[in-house]
Amino acid sequence: MENNWPLWEIFIRSKNGLSHKHVGSLHASDEEMAMQNARDVYTRRSEGVSIWLVESKHITASNPDNGDSMFDPANDKVYRHPTFYDLPEELKHI
Amino acid sequence: MDTSFAYILHLADNALILGQRLSEWCGHGPILEQDMAMTNISLDLVGQSRSLFQLAGELEGKGRSEDDLAFMRVEIDYKNCLLAEQPNGDFAKTILRQFFYDAFSFHNYTALLQSSNEQVRAIAEKSLKEVTYHLKWSSEWVIRLVDGTEESLLRMKTALLELWTFTGELYTPVDYEIKAAESGLGVDFDKIKTLWLEEVNKVFDMAGIKVPVGGWMQKGGKKGIHTEHLGFLLADMQYLQRTYPGQKW
Amino acid sequence: MEKNLEEIFQSRIDREEKIEPKDWMPDDYRKTLIRQISQHAHSEIVGMLPEGNWITRAPTLKRKVGLMAKVQDEAGHGLYLYSAAETLGVDRDTLFEQLHSGKAKYSSIFNYPTVTWADIGAIGWLVDGAAIMNQVPLCRCSYGPYARAMVRVCKEESFHQRQGFEILLSLSQGSEEQKRMLQSAVDRWWWPSVMMFGPSDDDSPNSAKSMKWKIKRFSNDDLRQKFVDVCYEQAKVLNVTLPDPDIKWNEERGHYDFGLIDWEEFWQVIKGNGPCNKERLAARNKAWDEGAWVREAAMAHAAKRKERSNKKKVA
Repeated sequence: MENNWPLWEIFIRSKNGLSHKHVGSLHASDEEMAMQNARDVYTRRSEGVSIWLVESKHITASNPDNGDSMFDPANDKVYRHPTFYDLPEELKHI
Repeated sequence: MDTSFAYILHLADNALILGQRLSEWCGHGPILEQDMAMTNISLDLVGQSRSLFQLAGELEGKGRSEDDLAFMRVEIDYKNCLLAEQPNGDFAKTILRQFFYDAFSFHNYTALLQSSNEQVRAIAEKSLKEVTYHLKWSSEWVIRLVDGTEESLLRMKTALLELWTFTGELYTPVDYEIKAAESGLGVDFDKIKTLWLEEVNKVFDMAGIKVPVGGWMQKGGKKGIHTEHLGFLLADMQYLQRTYPGQKW
Repeated sequence: MEKNLEEIFQSRIDREEKIEPKDWMPDDYRKTLIRQISQHAHSEIVGMLPEGNWITRAPTLKRKVGLMAKVQDEAGHGLYLYSAAETLGVDRDTLFEQLHSGKAKYSSIFNYPTVTWADIGAIGWLVDGAAIMNQVPLCRCSYGPYARAMVRVCKEESFHQRQGFEILLSLSQGSEEQKRMLQSAVDRWWWPSVMMFGPSDDDSPNSAKSMKWKIKRFSNDDLRQKFVDVCYEQAKVLNVTLPDPDIKWNEERGHYDFGLIDWEEFWQVIKGNGPCNKERLAARNKAWDEGAWVREAAMAHAAKRKERSNKKKVA
């Protein structure tokens, strides 16, 4: 019998209008308990209005060893940023 | 003694004594997350007792503070149900005691939303939010432990044998409760009894365990006649106030 | 190749880049972190015991809820820290085993008894005060999950010290008996708190490495000096004497000089000879062992429920 309770990752929306943000993890034997634990552990000081949780083993993460090929190619695509385009100062509302 | 004072004091004592019991778990829970959950519930209960003691003090009109009422009475003046003072035992017993109390408290506070006293309505509204969560927590644990392993089922059955006899008192009114119901301050106990039994049956059904039939019910706590456990609890709780009376802390 | 990786790693640290769980890191860095974070987590959990002692005996309802919330926070801090340790590839139950078997260490301050109510105040003022000084720099620790956990811990910890000081302040304004209680607690907690910063840097083998890796930012002695300087001033507000006849202002250094620390006592307590080492460990073991059937039942229920819902889907 495996008695170690699985690990869950907890995401909390601090107020409406903001996205959920990872706040930490905890152990629980099932979803209901994980939700209650998340409330008891991570919102004791009114830190949230909504909770997402997922069992840690279900998260797929990018591999940091591939960081160069994953993320560096975006570095020279400056044309994706608004400041790349030179416009006259007098132009407004754009 | 004024009946509305006695009635509010009784509600306050219920919350305080159970909160005090539950706080004994702090630092000793079966797993960190549940240690925190139990402390949260205990904090809610002591918080409820403070609001109720303050109101009781006002109703009495003798200038007694929440701490005077919480710490400076003797055993026979406490009006909590016997259930609340029962020792924690193992986690199964704590869970079942909590569940029986939560099921009562949930319906009691729901009914108190209609109380004739505005402050009681305000306390009920705030407390009901807390108790709704407690009831969900304890119900789910009842189901988990009954459904879990042979050992957890056996422990739950043992706890049921020990605690069932203290449940009747929850919904059997004493004089000040009957008067409070008549004046509109309190609640209708026939309804509470029905709702409590429905609630317990519902969760026991989901868990797969039966409510005992019949059986002798203990009573007395609400009238100040307690089990031996209360004296020890009070000795512990009142120690500083008794040893150094009249000090500020 | 290995060397190259280590160089890249060190240059990231030097640039103040954070290291995240799946990044390459030297084995020793990982081990050092696991040891430090888990010791820190254990300290929080064991620290619940001496303070928890007084929850049922707190003198007022306000003090009762304040203390309960504080001890609960310690559970939370332990939990955040264990989570941070788990990102390094060790699970919490393994860390618990190390604590319960006596293999792992925790802050030796919690092996001292809480004799009076004033001890609760003294722990808040001195022990939490020392802890905060140690912990604030950890919010900038090079390991991301540890730093983030510490940000949370420090945010919550600030109320603990204020609560402790307020408890003592009430006693200092109270009866002779209360003042006596207060002085006794300060007498007993002062030196162990001064020792909390650990041995002098010359005798602390891991210090240099931890500084290089930016797990640690200030030397033990520097933090200790800061603590003494701050507390000396605060003690005046409480009207208590610190139990060190040698404390005096040193104009030249711009700091308070203080007496010699009894390191023999420090090492003895670490070795297990403090007044409460055995009790603390026994209490943790008892809670864990008696909780085994609960944890097992919850898992059994989760498994049964999954099975039932699978059957339903098939049918």
